[in-house]
Amino acid sequence: MKLSEIIQHAKGTVLNPSILAHDYEISGGCGADLMSDVLAVVKPGAVLLTGLCNPQVVRTAQMADVRAIIFLRGKQPPTEVIALATQENIPLISSDMGMFELCGRLYRAGLHSFETNWNGFHE
Amino acid sequence: MSDTIQELYGRKGRNITDRDAQEITRVEELAYDLKISDVMTRDVKSLTPADTMRAVVALLRQNRISGAPVMEENSLVGVISQEDLMRALADDDRDAPIHKYMTRNVITVKSYEPVVKALETFARTRVGRLPVVDENENLVGMITKGDITRGVLTAIRRDYQEEEIRRYRASHLFEDIISDRTSLILRYKIKQGDFVNGGQASSHIKRALLRLGAPPQLARQCGIAVYEAEMNLIIHSTNGGVLRVQVEPHRILMQTSDDGPGIPDVKQALTPGWSTASPLARSMGFGAGMGLVNIQRCVDKMELDSTVGKGTKLLMEIHLRPDEKFKAPPGASETPSV
Repeated sequence: MKLSEIIQHAKGTVLNPSILAHDYEISGGCGADLMSDVLAVVKPGAVLLTGLCNPQVVRTAQMADVRAIIFLRGKQPPTEVIALATQENIPLISSDMGMFELCGRLYRAGLHSFETNWNGFHE
Repeated sequence: MSDTIQELYGRKGRNITDRDAQEITRVEELAYDLKISDVMTRDVKSLTPADTMRAVVALLRQNRISGAPVMEENSLVGVISQEDLMRALADDDRDAPIHKYMTRNVITVKSYEPVVKALETFARTRVGRLPVVDENENLVGMITKGDITRGVLTAIRRDYQEEEIRRYRASHLFEDIISDRTSLILRYKIKQGDFVNGGQASSHIKRALLRLGAPPQLARQCGIAVYEAEMNLIIHSTNGGVLRVQVEPHRILMQTSDDGPGIPDVKQALTPGWSTASPLARSMGFGAGMGLVNIQRCVDKMELDSTVGKGTKLLMEIHLRPDEKFKAPPGASETPSV
């Protein structure tokens, strides 16, 4: 699924549009507020849905090659978080939807779930 | 106070907020960094007021330019452009002298001003080209929007090549240096409780591995392992600790050490979901009880050695598989030219 489609489903606003040079193909999704849970399941090229708004979300995304982050419930991360994401080339999106709502919408729209069948790296 | 480039081109007069300021792109930055003299055309073709409009046609055609300064005894008296030429052609007045059609009220920019100044002038005056003068008002060049685009693109390419060169140099490290055993050691001091900078060391490590030519999957595995280990030092250690990464052609050794408090029950600490993270750490998204489990998944060998009151040592080792060797990125077989 394209990132632009995901943004439409989320009725989202891109917080750092300057780095959205082109549309990205998103390989799947993951929703979590605990960063180690994200690192446990996420695969490269994913979109991360989270209610957490601190720099660690961006660091986690960077480590795990997460392609984009959606902040839920209309949360606005502080400017230093946006700056860090911009530096690391990770688009940030703010959506008014809640975790359950948006996960459900994206899953129904056909976005692959990264929270099933985890077999580790050398699968 | 003159308008900034964002106000002119991006956000149409709206005040710049902190958020907008974060979004200033490299291109916008370059508009401030580059001087007009860096991007202008120096080889200026000029005409005199007495030349005919026919001469304008010939000059513009031969040099594929859209306008030229008009000079009289070394001083700039006007500019003649395609638009002026159109008026002459419409009047069927090709033999008229240039001074009949030229723009006399010449707007100039200074060679030492930043490119953004030229952009502002283009936006304000709607002219297509500007004569460039030096501090003594002598004509030294011409600038068009095309010159600016070209200049910015060249500068961006230079930025890109600098990263390529860094990558090239780093990725040949293991090939260029001959020894019985080459290893590169990276060391980082990690402060207890420093959630704001948490992950910075891991970020540097991941980037270093990519520059060394590690495959992305390997850099990601190491990145996740050292990030979890780094956060453990921030969350759990008494006085912070040290994160050390030893990169060798056939393996990557990662290690954290601290001087306390130590883990009372190592087996329990390795149970998925077990966590002793503080409420502060939990509020930052930690304490899932998956850190050590994630590390185990990412590395080939993990050893956790801890003594209460003395400290904890965590050893992580990844053996490079034959397809995971450090190698120069495609196209980096020769030093990129600058």
